Amino acid sequence: MIKHLRSAADLDASTATLILDTAAEMAALAGREVKKLPTLRGRTVVNLFYEDSTRTRISFEAAAKRLSADVINFSAKGSSVSKGESLKDTALTLQAMGADAVVIRHPASGAPHRLAQWIEGSVVNAGDGTHEHPTQALLDAYTMRSRLGRLDGLNVAIVGDVLHSRVARSNVLLLTTLGARITLVGPPTLIPLDVAAALAPLTKVSYDLDSVLPDMDVVMMLRVQTERMQDSYFPSAREYSRRYGLDLARMRKLPEHAIVMHPGPMNRGMEITPEVADSSRSTIVEQVANGVSARMAVLYLLLGGKA
Amino acid sequence: MASPRADVTTKIILSAADLHRVVDRIAHQILEKTSGATGTVLLGIPTRGVPLARRLAARIHAFEGIDVPVGSLDITLYRDDLRLQATRALGKTELPGDGIDGRRVVLVDDVLFSGRTVRAALDALKDEGRPSSVQLAVLVDRGHRELPIRADYVGKNIPTSLAESVRVALTETDGLDEVKLTGGDK
Repeated sequence: MIKHLRSAADLDASTATLILDTAAEMAALAGREVKKLPTLRGRTVVNLFYEDSTRTRISFEAAAKRLSADVINFSAKGSSVSKGESLKDTALTLQAMGADAVVIRHPASGAPHRLAQWIEGSVVNAGDGTHEHPTQALLDAYTMRSRLGRLDGLNVAIVGDVLHSRVARSNVLLLTTLGARITLVGPPTLIPLDVAAALAPLTKVSYDLDSVLPDMDVVMMLRVQTERMQDSYFPSAREYSRRYGLDLARMRKLPEHAIVMHPGPMNRGMEITPEVADSSRSTIVEQVANGVSARMAVLYLLLGGKA
Repeated sequence: MASPRADVTTKIILSAADLHRVVDRIAHQILEKTSGATGTVLLGIPTRGVPLARRLAARIHAFEGIDVPVGSLDITLYRDDLRLQATRALGKTELPGDGIDGRRVVLVDDVLFSGRTVRAALDALKDEGRPSSVQLAVLVDRGHRELPIRADYVGKNIPTSLAESVRVALTETDGLDEVKLTGGDK
């Protein structure tokens, strides 16, 4: 097993499949009256969050607690970071406290890689800048596999702000490793030619959502980050919504079995309409529940064996 | 994996026919000690305890026409030696539909050795529900207990040295039925 989970590229097909299989067992245990397992008793997991996050942090916290690890939550706000402490000094502090794993969310791409050089424990990337968010990709893959029964050969459209999306990047890496075929869809400003070219061996690119929908098993809508709207990547929210938003009319173009995913938090009415988000095809709430199982699997596989 | 050495002895402890007779006997003993297997659930411990539990249920059905619920109980997450080895893959836990509350649970495993697997199974069982009682059935008891645990049903007692290893093969998992003792002094 690997020591760190910094990128979805750290996972080969057999390791990724092992994580998904382990997540399935963890999900089965979540139905019990006693959800707690003694597995990581005495281990310490630090949630090191330099960016606001509700669901990812809570999800990691729930996962670690269900495995009986001790959890220390560290958020940059109100900490010594606001007094100017560097990532390295924070890392050395955590090291001195005996953290067995550090779950890090950071606005700078590559922060988990640096962190892994300074501490002895495992590092789990919970989102770094516009780079990667591997556990999101794992829970997405798990959700697809549990809904559709397989990943190999699935057609998956990832729609929206591909340029800035760490969710998209991790999903492309993981899902192609597991045999899915990815089509990236969005306005040309958000899938520029150099990005498209860099991903070309792995994925197809389309600028027309309507034409790709009939062939898809999965449509994953990315959140339109409000801060991007000021950056003129598209003329207006309404225009974006008209061309790349998923509404009922577009959803009807999908095959009968296809599912609709969103990593959250959603902008209802922007990239996805409330009717679609709340429909039976939407897996958005399932994704949250699966997130805990997938993260339990990751923590178990990283920390459960001989250090 | 070490290559097979010529000086390592291998002894067949149970042939396929012996193994079938042993399973038949345990099935009869379970029927006898549980007044016809009423309120009884068989839980196999992966990997080889699971097919053994299914075989016991099938034999009980053949003898008395009773359907005993069968399930599996994975104990990996409850082991006390997780930190001593590389991470282990999880097995399946599948409890029968009616659960185990108020039932007599018979845990089924292939080899009883240190007793640590059974201790982990008892811990796992406690989190799954509250059985009225718990019994243990094993195909082979090889001794060297490290905990105060004993089996209620034993297929065969095999005195071993710690240098020897007991290999149970079952058709479902290994393609043949056989119990072998390997290693140790000649």
